[in-house]
Amino acid sequence: MAKIKSLEELKKIKEQAQQSVSLRVKGDNIENLVQVRVAMATCGIAAGARETMNEFIKVLNEEHMDNVVVTQTGCMGYCYAEPTIELTMPGKEPVVYGNVDKNKVHEIVEKAIKGGEMLDGIIPVTHNTVE
Amino acid sequence: MAEYKFHILVCGGTGCLSSNSHEIADGLKDAIKAAGMEEEVKVLQTGCFGFCEKGPIVKVLPDNTFYTQVKPEDVNEIVSEHIVKGRKVNRLLYVDPENEKHISDAKHMDFYKKQMRIALRNCGFIDPENIDEYIGRDGYQALAKCLTEMTPEQVIEEVKKSGLRGRGGAGFPTGLKWQFAHGYQADQKYVVCNADEGDPGAFMDRSILEGDPNSIIEAMAICGYAIGASQGRVYIRAEYPLAIQRLEIAIAQAREYGLLGDNILGTDFSFDIQLCFGAGAFVCGEETALIHSMEGQRGEPTIKPPFPAENGFWNKPTNVNNVETFANIPVIFLKGADWFSSIGTEKSKGTKVFALAGKINNVGLIEVPMGTTLREVIYDIGGGIKNGKKFKAVQTGGPSGGCLTEKDLDTPIDFDNLVAKGSMMGSGGMIVMDEDDCMPSVARFYMEFIEEESCGKCTPCRIGTKRLSELLKDITGGKGTMEHIAELKRVSQVIRDTALCGLGQTAPNPVLSTLAHFEDEYIAHVKDHTCPAGKCTALLKFKINPEACKGCTLCARKCPVGAISGEVRKPHTIDQAKCIKCGACMDNCKFGAITKN
Ligand SMILES: Cc1cc2nc3c(=O)[nH]c(=O)nc-3n(C[C@H](O)[C@H](O)[C@H](O)COP(=O)(O)O)c2cc1C
Repeated sequence: MAKIKSLEELKKIKEQAQQSVSLRVKGDNIENLVQVRVAMATCGIAAGARETMNEFIKVLNEEHMDNVVVTQTGCMGYCYAEPTIELTMPGKEPVVYGNVDKNKVHEIVEKAIKGGEMLDGIIPVTHNTVE
Repeated sequence: MAEYKFHILVCGGTGCLSSNSHEIADGLKDAIKAAGMEEEVKVLQTGCFGFCEKGPIVKVLPDNTFYTQVKPEDVNEIVSEHIVKGRKVNRLLYVDPENEKHISDAKHMDFYKKQMRIALRNCGFIDPENIDEYIGRDGYQALAKCLTEMTPEQVIEEVKKSGLRGRGGAGFPTGLKWQFAHGYQADQKYVVCNADEGDPGAFMDRSILEGDPNSIIEAMAICGYAIGASQGRVYIRAEYPLAIQRLEIAIAQAREYGLLGDNILGTDFSFDIQLCFGAGAFVCGEETALIHSMEGQRGEPTIKPPFPAENGFWNKPTNVNNVETFANIPVIFLKGADWFSSIGTEKSKGTKVFALAGKINNVGLIEVPMGTTLREVIYDIGGGIKNGKKFKAVQTGGPSGGCLTEKDLDTPIDFDNLVAKGSMMGSGGMIVMDEDDCMPSVARFYMEFIEEESCGKCTPCRIGTKRLSELLKDITGGKGTMEHIAELKRVSQVIRDTALCGLGQTAPNPVLSTLAHFEDEYIAHVKDHTCPAGKCTALLKFKINPEACKGCTLCARKCPVGAISGEVRKPHTIDQAKCIKCGACMDNCKFGAITKN
């Protein structure tokens, strides 16, 4: 550790360190954030849910979108449309998207989260998530 | 840098550690490695979450899942289900006692709903052994602000404006104390942090030091800047090894960053901290005794004035503050004195940390805004009395405090209200008692503690507390008379008026307050020779109900002293003179024919 010799240097360290705790800060405030929940059932994982989740995290980081938090959920029951994700804008009803591949991730981030649009590929929700 | 998708926080407070939380953390790390996810999941140990009743606690973020009573054998399921497949492990979630529903986010638990965390803001949130995590939570920004933007006088003014009062017991205004120390000229001054925490059942300061040691270091440096001191000392009891270890790590890391040492953040201000270990004497929490102990002398108090602000450690101006007091300081500078003083009551600002213990469902560490009522603390946060029993009293202020009863439950908690009700805030121990607790016995417990802990320097405390303790032993031992009660009152008054330090002056409080609220219980002990709570064995009478006794002779055979006699198939009787009240007869009777009261 090098010595911190000024306020600017302290700020720099703070910025780096903030990233390491930001996941927890988000968790603490989760109700006020946009939530992306990726379904991680066996079929989802086989269909590439992990890659989908990684892509979300990557894109959101690149765009510095601190108002979005990515978590997982269990099987949502839409095995025919995996990977599926559930998008919840604060204070709104969740929306489920199917067949979310890397391209779809970008579309969701750009249009649904940033633009607040409804996209194609929404699956009508018929039952609650199995948690 | 690896992009973590999950953080798993494992409570590393003393309570959870003693229930193998270390093993849980290691097990989680292994399971995550086995799942090939070390790059994605970070496991860390934090300070206390407060909900000790349901520990060990494991929290998964960012989905904010709060697992309770986790065992080392549960780790594989948490990883394979929750982390890999996204399915929460329901059986480890907290169950709401009201409706038996699982609650996964701690924010929705009654235990946390009414809490507000200022002093405990980082406990259970950061890794206390990594200074970067503290810095990531605005750590040392308050110090930087004070050093680069404010004069010492402005720093003191801000603390005064916040309305912060000392959390160590007396509730003295902190800014004013700093101003006194600032006002004395000397070649050397000292900042002392009082981490002695001697109240039985209290663990507030320990938890802060274990969970967020850097906040204390930062606050002490701010205080050093304000009063003109370049040296700090933390007086901590050697019985707190984990707190000591974490403080040592934090101090070493702060030095490496130059946040302690010469020319902090490139300014003219230099400050460093050393630890002093106490041997765990209650009186050493009293500031003058503490200072003598640090100097290598006997831990005995001296008369004030002079106050430490004028003549303290090595006869130099010294500012002594409690751990929790310090823990509030950085936040006051980050969020402003106005923000801080908007919380609480008219004369008690901010929050207070309490250690909830005794006959309460949710034993643990809590922090609430000043002005929260006792009822809210005991029933809403504490979940009420264990086993559906009836609330009897709550002891606040430890051995120096008093008990409060049913009629005081709606009192908003603050320094002045508790004193007005005959108790005191103290450092924040809160021991809840139910109908099975005998009040003269409670008083006797505290008095035996004080008798043991009295340093012996002044006569009223040394001999007076011994007399009180003897009187209480007589009363609870069935040898008391009305004269004993009168004597208790008289001796208490003398000790109060004449003892040298706060220890003696407040020692009679538990006696006087239990007498004030429960004199009838004392009278029952001395006049009727009964203990209404059924606690005092010497006063217990075991009786055989002749209607229910079948004369099976089992009790007579089990009685170790041969106090039971009777013919076969005829009701038996107990010879009270011989009975040693062991209860063996009652435990063995198959017909429920034996009662005690
Ligand atoms: C018998 C006795 C024990 C005390 N024990 C403690 C203690 O364990 N911790 C503490 O901070 N203050 C304790 N105090 C109060 C200290 O003397 C002192 O008032 C306090 O440390 C000042 O800090 P504050 O203004 O931040 O509360 C005790 C006082 C007495 C009389």
